[in-house]
Amino acid sequence: MSAATPEGWVAGARSTTATSGVAENAFFEYLLRLADDRLVLGHRLSEWCGHGPILEEDIALANIALDLIGQASMLLKLAGEVEGKGRTEDTLAYFRDTVEFRNVQLVEMPNGDFAATIVRQFLFDAWDVLVLEKLLGAKHESLAGIAAKAHKEAKYHLRHSAEWVRMLGDGTAESHARAQRALDELWPYSTELFLTDDTDRAAVAAGNGVDVEPLRGPWRQTMDRVFAEATLTVPKDGFTPRGGRTGRHTEHLGRMLADMQSLARAHPGASW
Amino acid sequence: MVSVAESRREEILRWLDEVMDPEVPVLSIRELGVLRDVEVGDGDVVVVMTPTYSGCPAMHAMETDVVETLARHGVPNVRVKTVYAPAWTTDWISDEAKAKLEAYGIAAPSRVEADDLVPLRRRTPTPCPYCKSVNTTMRSEFGSTACKAILFCNSCSQPFELFKPI
Repeated sequence: MSAATPEGWVAGARSTTATSGVAENAFFEYLLRLADDRLVLGHRLSEWCGHGPILEEDIALANIALDLIGQASMLLKLAGEVEGKGRTEDTLAYFRDTVEFRNVQLVEMPNGDFAATIVRQFLFDAWDVLVLEKLLGAKHESLAGIAAKAHKEAKYHLRHSAEWVRMLGDGTAESHARAQRALDELWPYSTELFLTDDTDRAAVAAGNGVDVEPLRGPWRQTMDRVFAEATLTVPKDGFTPRGGRTGRHTEHLGRMLADMQSLARAHPGASW
Repeated sequence: MVSVAESRREEILRWLDEVMDPEVPVLSIRELGVLRDVEVGDGDVVVVMTPTYSGCPAMHAMETDVVETLARHGVPNVRVKTVYAPAWTTDWISDEAKAKLEAYGIAAPSRVEADDLVPLRRRTPTPCPYCKSVNTTMRSEFGSTACKAILFCNSCSQPFELFKPI
């Protein structure tokens, strides 16, 4: 992330999406939610490129970033088609501002140390595999196709993050302490993964969304199993930050977008 | 009797056998399963392709190669259509193509493990494509390209890649 990025840069740009009531284009909004989780997390992981703790992990995190950004690209392309206002995947990725992003706050959390990146990834991956599995049955043919592809990739992501949660938690005193600290800090943000509102319910009713509430049980089973093997303690539920799905984000997302979008905004329409 | 369009389609598919995966140059995009179909229209040809992984950076190169290869054979109006369903799988790679991979030094894909969370060191070992030993270690399931994993052969001390099953 560039230290020279002006802090007020995102706030100064003008909004292009009016959030015009949930019912009006619920499917478009729902697709943005699916896409933005991936775009933001993918970009976060790409920040590790060249900085991984070992070569294999540098490569692995870049690979996973690539999968997630590829999935986001397909979903944003579809969202643009559904919206029907001529916006492409690039317009949606690079010319929306912080308040227009629909990702959960978990994925915008800064990378921190390797343990924080891995714990954040594990909380997300276990949820993602379950969501995509349900989305395979979406009525919308393109969405079901994207889900089928992403689901295969997500299973590899989960194997990777679960493996590292175990290694770090059940590793040295230092790695254990770092993994536990990461879990304590990030656990509250996992709550938002299982919240639903009218946009989700409209997508579910149309056969193109996933009811996440019943997935909480299976997700928790994966958490308990892997954290037990990792000798990590799941924190008590308490503070439950939320709001990402309707555009309320932490300060971290604006800074990340300022970096991610700077090239496209400095040279609009550029190609290579 | 074979229709004109059908024989034209087969001719184009034969020409497309010349287009290789830029990262795994022993496999054509047809053997890889990325080339799904060719649709011959009145004035144009549509080549249907599917990516291996969602973010595969080689897709663009493969699409360009398709258009350039067909242009060389005098086919002017070529369009590439990208489809995502059915999702690409290593099951589409034939035994013959798998043998080419092994000869090139890349272990061929096997079946996906049933338990998704088996630790790397407890996976069924992949035989080394060089010395055939099964005394190998999976180092990472993410390799030099999205479709490959990194392994090490403890018998011949050779690092090697696996075209990972998906």
